[in-house]
Amino acid sequence: MNNLVVAPIVVPLAAGAILMLTRRLALQRLISLVSVALVLAVALQLAAQVWTEGVQVLYAANLAAPFGITLVADLTSAAFVAFTAMAALAVLLFAFPSLTRAQEEHYFYPGFQYLLVGVNGSFLTGDIFNLFVFFELMLMSSYLLAALGGRRRQLRETLKYVLINSVVSGFFLLGVGALYRTYGTLNMADLAVRISLSDSGGWLTVIACMFLVVFGLKAAVVPLHVWLPETYTAAPAAAVAFFAGVLSKVGIYAILRTYTLLFVEDPAFTHHGLLLWLALATMIIGIVGAVGQADFKRLLAYDIVSQIGYMLLGIALYTPLGIAGTVLFVVHQMVVKTALFLCAGAAERVAGTTHLLRMGGLLTTHGPLGVTYLVAALALVGVPPLSGFFGKIALVQAALESERFATAAVAIVVSLGTLYAVIKVFRLAFWGEVLGDRLVNKHSHEFRAMLIPIAGLLVVSVAMGLGAQQLHFYAAAAADQLLSGQAYIRAVLGEFDPSSYGL
Amino acid sequence: MEILLSITIGVVVGSAVYLLLTRELLRVIVGSVLLGYGINIALFMWGGVAPGAPPILAEDGSMPAPVMDPIPQALILTAIVISLGVFALLLALGYRTFEDHATTDVASLTGVEHE
Repeated sequence: MNNLVVAPIVVPLAAGAILMLTRRLALQRLISLVSVALVLAVALQLAAQVWTEGVQVLYAANLAAPFGITLVADLTSAAFVAFTAMAALAVLLFAFPSLTRAQEEHYFYPGFQYLLVGVNGSFLTGDIFNLFVFFELMLMSSYLLAALGGRRRQLRETLKYVLINSVVSGFFLLGVGALYRTYGTLNMADLAVRISLSDSGGWLTVIACMFLVVFGLKAAVVPLHVWLPETYTAAPAAAVAFFAGVLSKVGIYAILRTYTLLFVEDPAFTHHGLLLWLALATMIIGIVGAVGQADFKRLLAYDIVSQIGYMLLGIALYTPLGIAGTVLFVVHQMVVKTALFLCAGAAERVAGTTHLLRMGGLLTTHGPLGVTYLVAALALVGVPPLSGFFGKIALVQAALESERFATAAVAIVVSLGTLYAVIKVFRLAFWGEVLGDRLVNKHSHEFRAMLIPIAGLLVVSVAMGLGAQQLHFYAAAAADQLLSGQAYIRAVLGEFDPSSYGL
Repeated sequence: MEILLSITIGVVVGSAVYLLLTRELLRVIVGSVLLGYGINIALFMWGGVAPGAPPILAEDGSMPAPVMDPIPQALILTAIVISLGVFALLLALGYRTFEDHATTDVASLTGVEHE
C-alpha cells in the first residue's frame, strides 16, 4: 500500500473543484500552477520509489484486489505520469500569455485540471472499467477545451469529435462487458491470471480487436485517424499542445498495457499480424499527409499520426527492445510534440495565421522562435544529441533483430519524410523574406513569456538525450516488467495460488 | 427472456445505426445515444436475467441462493450517468453549431476550407 499512487489523481481533482469557486483569474492561474507543480513533484518521487522498491499499489478504500478498485504504478505508468506533468507545466505557462480573456474566464483552468485527472487516472488505474471512467473524464474535459472560444470551425469539428468518441465509448463498454462475462473479473492483474489459465479458443482475440478499435481511435491509428487533424487545428493553441503531446499517447498506453498483460494469447495474429500492419500504415499515411500540407498546425497534426505508428511498431514487434523503444518514444514525444505545437501556437500568435505561405521570414523578425522551432524539429526527427534518436534507434534495432528488414526500412524512410516535413515548415515559415503581419513585438513581455515554456521543454529534451543511457536502462526495465507481467500481478494480488482459481 | 432481450437489443442498435447514417444532425445525435442504450441492455443481459436474490448475507450469515451479480448493473448505472452528460453536451454543441452554420444537414458540415 502506498498512498502516493493516488496523489497525481487527487491533487488536480481538488484543484479543479477549488478553481470552480473563484472567478479571479490571477488566483486561478496561481492555483493551477501550484497543482501541476505538485503533481510533477509527486510523480518524480513516485517514479523514484517504483525504481527502488518495485511496483507500487493502492487499494482504494482498503478493499483487497480483485474486489475493490486498485491503483497501480509500475515503471511505465510512473514515467508517463511524470512526463505528462512536465508537458502540463509547460502548456500551463504557455496558456497564461496566449489565451484570450474570454477563454480564461470560461473555465479553461478547471477543464485543464480535470483533463489531467483523466490522463493520470488512465495511466495509474489497475481496473479495466475504471480505465473506461477515466477515459470518459479525460474526453469530457477535452471536449470543453476543444470547443473553448466557440468559433465556427471549432464548434463544427468538436461536434464531430464528440460524436465519434461517444460511439466508440459504446464499444469500450461492450468490450469491458465481454471481458467480465468471460472471466468474471474487471481487475487487470486478476484478468491476466485467469486469461493465462484458460483457453478462450479465439474469443479473446475478438475482444482484443474490439479494444483495439477503441484505443486505436483515441491514439489516431490509421484508418481511425481522420478526426485528428481537423480537431487539433481548430482548438486553442495551449489546449492543442497538450492534446498533441499527451492525449493521443493515452491511447497508446492503453494498447501497451492491454496488449502486454491481457491480449497475449495469440501474438502471431494480434501483434505480428494486425498491429504490425496498422503500425506500417499509420507511419506511411501519416507522413504522406504531413508532407502535403501548407498549414503549420495541420502538418504537425498529420505528423502526430505518423509518430503514433512508431509507438505501435514497438508493441507489434513484441520484443523487450521493441517495448523499451515504445516507452522511450512515448516520453520523448510527450516533450517534443508539445514543444512543437507550442512553437506553432506562438507563430500563430505572432503572424496571425497558421498558413505557411503567409508567415515567411519569422527567423528575421523573431529569431529566438526560429531557433527553438529548429531544435524541437531536429529532436523530432531524431538527430543524435536530442531525445528522438534513442527511441527510434531502439525500434529500428528491434525490427532488425526480429529479421523484419522491410519494416526497419519503412521506419527509416518515414523518418526521412519527417525531416522533409519539418524542414518544409522551417523553409517556408522561418526562412526567406518577411511576409504578412507581425502582431507581437519581439521584445514584448508576451513573446518572452511564450518562449520560456518551449525552451524549458527543449532543455528536458536535451537532458534526455545526454542521459540516454540511464533512460534506456529505465525503459528496458519497464519493458521487462510489462512483458513478464509477474511483478505487476504479484504486486496487485500478492502471493497467489493458481489452484485457488479452480480452473 | 434472453430471446426477447436479444430482439430488443437488435431493434435498438439497428435503429441507432439507421439514425447515425442519416444526414439530419439531431437524428445523428439521438442515434449515438441510442447506441449506448442498446449496449447497456446487452451488458444487463450478460449479467444474467434469471431471478435471484440481492447478494446480501442473511442474518445467520448464510448467503441466499441463487443471487444476482450486481456488478454489470453497477457498470450500467455508471455508463448511463456518463452518457447523460455526453448527451447534454452534444445537444448544446449541436444547437450552437446550428446557430452558427444555419444548417442541420451533416453533409454541409464537412470540407476543409481556409477560414
